[in-house]
Amino acid sequence: MGRFFGRRINFGDLVVQLLQVVVLVIVVVALYNTITTGRYTSRHWVSLIFAGLAQGSIYALIALGYTMVYGILRMINFAHGEVYMAGAFSTVFLAQHFASNGFLNAQPVLAITVLILFAALVSMAVAFLLERIAYRPLRNAPRLIPLITAIGASFTLQYTFRGFYGTQFRSYPEVTALRGTVSLFGYSIPIVQLVVLAAAVVLMFVLYWYVERTKAGKAMRAVSEDKAVARLMGIDIDKVIVTTFLIGGALAGAAGVFNGLYRPQGVYYFMGFFPGVKAFTAAVLGGIGNIPGAMVGGLVLGMLESLGPNAILEGLGIPGANQLKDVIAFTFLVLILIFRPQGIFGERLREKKV
Amino acid sequence: MAMLEVKDIHTYYDNIHALKGVSLEVNEGEIVTLIGANGAGKTTTLRTISGLIRPTAGQVKLNGEDLADYETHELVYKGISMVPEGRGVFAQLTVEENLEMGAYSRNDNRVRDDIENIYTLFPRLQERRRQVAGTLSGGEQQMLATGRAMMARPKLLLLDEPSMGLAPILVEGIFDTIQNINKEGTTVLLVEQNALMALSIADRGYVLQTGEIVLSDTAKKLSNNKMVQKAYLGVD
Ligand SMILES: Nc1ncnc2c1ncn2[C@@H]1O[C@H](COP(=O)(O)OP(=O)(O)OP(=O)(O)O)[C@@H](O)[C@H]1O
Ligand SMILES: [Mg+2]
Repeated sequence: MGRFFGRRINFGDLVVQLLQVVVLVIVVVALYNTITTGRYTSRHWVSLIFAGLAQGSIYALIALGYTMVYGILRMINFAHGEVYMAGAFSTVFLAQHFASNGFLNAQPVLAITVLILFAALVSMAVAFLLERIAYRPLRNAPRLIPLITAIGASFTLQYTFRGFYGTQFRSYPEVTALRGTVSLFGYSIPIVQLVVLAAAVVLMFVLYWYVERTKAGKAMRAVSEDKAVARLMGIDIDKVIVTTFLIGGALAGAAGVFNGLYRPQGVYYFMGFFPGVKAFTAAVLGGIGNIPGAMVGGLVLGMLESLGPNAILEGLGIPGANQLKDVIAFTFLVLILIFRPQGIFGERLREKKV
Repeated sequence: MAMLEVKDIHTYYDNIHALKGVSLEVNEGEIVTLIGANGAGKTTTLRTISGLIRPTAGQVKLNGEDLADYETHELVYKGISMVPEGRGVFAQLTVEENLEMGAYSRNDNRVRDDIENIYTLFPRLQERRRQVAGTLSGGEQQMLATGRAMMARPKLLLLDEPSMGLAPILVEGIFDTIQNINKEGTTVLLVEQNALMALSIADRGYVLQTGEIVLSDTAKKLSNNKMVQKAYLGVD
């Protein structure tokens, strides 16, 4: 604490502001370096943007699960990455089966729809059990308790699925119809990226319509604001809470299939961890509890991860920048928590609002 | 048989004994008021009736049926609706969405008409129908909370200090509304600190003091009671 021109200056704020300037300068210098060296063409940047949007829409779908549960229970469901893994991992076998009997390539739209539904069902079942077994008994416990439980549940799920399907890495089969590129504004964009992006955007619109326009969606917002009053309206809050987990699960399951189409490899029991943490970052970035925030946060994070290595890290002369994607996400999480904990749209993470 | 019977209920907050054997009755068609000083247990009584808190002993009965096995949200379907203390509007929902939530328990197709009726009753709400409720003034929020409770078409309406924080002119408006709601067939249990106003529209009243009913009588007799006058009506 001190006084500066008669205004009280908080030492912590001063440090944060200094840091802000430092980060800004670094980013600007890096971008300047990248642009002036002119190593990459616009084609390169556009392809990175679309890759980022595809990846980001997968983050966004997972992030919605974090943000919706937070909105209703003021709790971070840290096992949500495993909800995603459950759907993605279970469905890889069905996908391989569809590939080997020819269904996948004969009827790609139908087959992929079935895969999405199947993954959504598995993830919903896991989310449902999580709520019922792990979180509901702790609804009135101090906040740290469900958090610890979530981490425990996360391990339990990982090892349960390892028990089911083993430790081997699996891959989603390739869908011929998604191979190749289309030309957009003179740039060629992989079809799979556009499909993933479009499908995710459709799901997000449906969700937005549900929450904003339907009676059940309005009840969900009412429960998120005041549970006691919501009960006085005749709303069964347990049902609303379960529905929230189910919707989050369905979106995570769908994200699992989209991920399998986009990046077929690396399907195994631990596959939920990184997307989980990144989707959480996206949710915090958008403002935790805020639904459009999670959507935007996911897309922004996806693009940042995609553009960041070439645009910023290389500009700083950091070698092997493309291997540092994950570092970008985590650095970013730390930066948001320092500079703007309330995210883009949200309110500050508050101790108690319920 | 009374519509609502509260029989010797004891309610605790951890180890605070907030209600020490409260009994009261509300007959169909009546306005009954429950008056008492701050901390007497008025809110606790309403919260116990609506099932938000459970009594450790005693019973709450609606038309002779024990309500112990019902959850709060189920009581709405049984015809009990409550305007909580401090109004409890959903600040981030619009005025109209708040009214729709009031009708959550209903599946009939008259909800739209009832919303229009509330707007006729409170034209201010109509002007602000698309505005989020958090931006309303205190008086407007009270109108919204009252209108929202009516949207459930309750048989029994529980009101917790509807006059709190309102200008005298608005208080009269709210009390007129309560009388009208009652005339149209809704039974009312009204908690108030504004004892004068409450007794002026009520049929009967109960006086609550530190968790116990110390007096009960017709509203007229209570207004003339020396002790009530001294403690609650500011008459020496
Ligand atoms: N959540 C709570 N936890 C602990 N004690 C409480 C709680 N709510 C109320 N009490 C206590 O119970 C008693 C009755 O409170 P209650 O809110 O029912 O009073 P009231 O008559 O409604 O008062 P007011 O006119 O101020 O609204 C008070 O002593 C109060 O301190
Ligand atoms: Mg009170």
